[in-house]
Amino acid sequence: MSELALPEVVLGLRDVHKSFPGSPPTEVLFGVSLDVLGGELVALVGPSGSGKSTLLNIVGTLDRPTSGAVRIAGYDSAELSDRQLSAVRARELGFVFQQFFLLDGMTALDNVADGLLYTGTGRAERREQAAEALERVGLGHRVSHHPNQMSGGERQRVAIARAVVGHPALVLADEPTGNLDTRSSRSIIDLLHELNDEGATILVITHDREIATSFPRQIELRDGRVESDTGSALTPAGREP
Amino acid sequence: MHPGDILRSGSVGLRTRRLRAGLSALGIAIGIAAMVAVLGISESSKNDLLSVLDKLGTNLISVKASTGIGAGGSGQLPDGAPLMLGHVRPVEQVSYVTSVNAKVRRTDYIPSEQTGGITVKAATSQLLDTIGGSVARGRFLDETSSQYPTTVLGSVAAQRLGIDEPGARIWLGDQWFEVIGVLDPLTLAQDIDRSAMIGVPVARRLFDTTAAPETVYLRANPDKVVAVESVIPATANPDNPDQVQVSRPSDAIEARAAASNAFTALFLGLGAVALLVGGVGIANVMVISVLERRSEIGLRRALGATRRHVAVQFLSEALLLSVIGGAGGVTLGALVTAGYDLTRGWAIVVPLIGVIGGLGAALCIGAIAGLYPALRAARLAPAEALRTV
Repeated sequence: MSELALPEVVLGLRDVHKSFPGSPPTEVLFGVSLDVLGGELVALVGPSGSGKSTLLNIVGTLDRPTSGAVRIAGYDSAELSDRQLSAVRARELGFVFQQFFLLDGMTALDNVADGLLYTGTGRAERREQAAEALERVGLGHRVSHHPNQMSGGERQRVAIARAVVGHPALVLADEPTGNLDTRSSRSIIDLLHELNDEGATILVITHDREIATSFPRQIELRDGRVESDTGSALTPAGREP
Repeated sequence: MHPGDILRSGSVGLRTRRLRAGLSALGIAIGIAAMVAVLGISESSKNDLLSVLDKLGTNLISVKASTGIGAGGSGQLPDGAPLMLGHVRPVEQVSYVTSVNAKVRRTDYIPSEQTGGITVKAATSQLLDTIGGSVARGRFLDETSSQYPTTVLGSVAAQRLGIDEPGARIWLGDQWFEVIGVLDPLTLAQDIDRSAMIGVPVARRLFDTTAAPETVYLRANPDKVVAVESVIPATANPDNPDQVQVSRPSDAIEARAAASNAFTALFLGLGAVALLVGGVGIANVMVISVLERRSEIGLRRALGATRRHVAVQFLSEALLLSVIGGAGGVTLGALVTAGYDLTRGWAIVVPLIGVIGGLGAALCIGAIAGLYPALRAARLAPAEALRTV
């Protein structure tokens, strides 16, 4: 898709605020604005407490901002019902979590196929695409293994395969290497680079600067604000460079 | 979502927690099994009683003289009663027994007090036919053997005297009688079971037995039984109709069939309580499951599941649990029924209403028990569900 036209904005945040109820209310985000274009590989870095996870939940439509606009793949999240947001998550977003969140009762293949469960795709088709996705993350030989028979690095690869199986507009990875040793972390980061080279748009949240610097673009978050943004290397559609 | 997908996602939790799923399904299974078995056994028992009734008929009437204080009379019907009753048009068969003033013992060495509760009765040769009995071994009294010292033993009498084969002799009154037959247990005239029967002519000759009958048995046209019953007292004892007691032995069996219903209701109630406890067990397990699987719920929301998808998944899990329990319970209940029926020698009857009702009850319980946890799971905010502590 990106070869034909100029890259489009897959994620747009405008002045996003978020506070949690309480007395006094806890304010976490103070006006975050940023754009992510199709085909980008972005690191969102910041120390713990900087609001990274809250921002990820808002970007992933798992939570709504207190104020401000969130656009994902052209949809304005404020205008969508809970049900429609679920559909956006099913089709346009892929999630990778620090804790993997794989279901032990199912094989790697079925875990990945569940990435398409709520898209209305038939089961045979889901499994076919899942096998393809596992091949892409280098686990073509482990399709029928259960997650509890796998190493941490392998589990995270399965989770990544589940996130990319539906070719979402944006993949969100929340500390994807947080539970892994250095060697596995390295290979997961390499995998994210490979998937990005193949065209996937990926936003990685991390507190690890070393990982962040290996990415073409870094956005630094501190105390609920964007402190620095190395900027996009790509040219957004409909905008002058 | 496709039904197969609903089933698959609903069974994930059960597959990964087999022991817990098995135990909570067992709770339901026990309740359902109890209900199915109670229904099955009571239905089998009723079925058996009714088949006995079918075979024996409900048109046997027994006529006795009233006994007890204020009844007056001799405790015997007039001599002519059998003959008179035979003239009533819808009466098809008449026979009677009358008590004989004699005691029966195995041999003359046994003291005369030890009669074992066995009475001696003089019986007409049609008696067996009329009361619907059958001979286990040997034959019944006929015109010829009624003239001679021969006797036929009821099943209990034969057992107490220790006689199982015809041909033996017993000491009856003051002389030897030959046993020519032993009867099968009788359902409609159980006092005959405990009697030694001899012919009316021989009784009169040897023991001075009166011609007055003690009990008259008659078979009426099945459609006119009630009408016949109403004319019996005046026919049997025209002088004192109030001293005649008319009964239908089959009434007792019908009463037994009806009485078993009362117990069925009681046990069904107990089964329902067991089922309720099973339902609470399922609700409990589902609530725990929702708490434990917050991250799975969050994950599914992230994968695009709507609230409804989540609710359906947990509801279908509860339903699946209860259906597994219900099916197990129905099977168990049917096996218990079959086992009990076999030991009783009854035909195996597992009522369809028990099977369908059992599964239906399990489904309802599962739906009710699963509803609250499912809604709770659906209400969970995705971001909150994913936050692991």
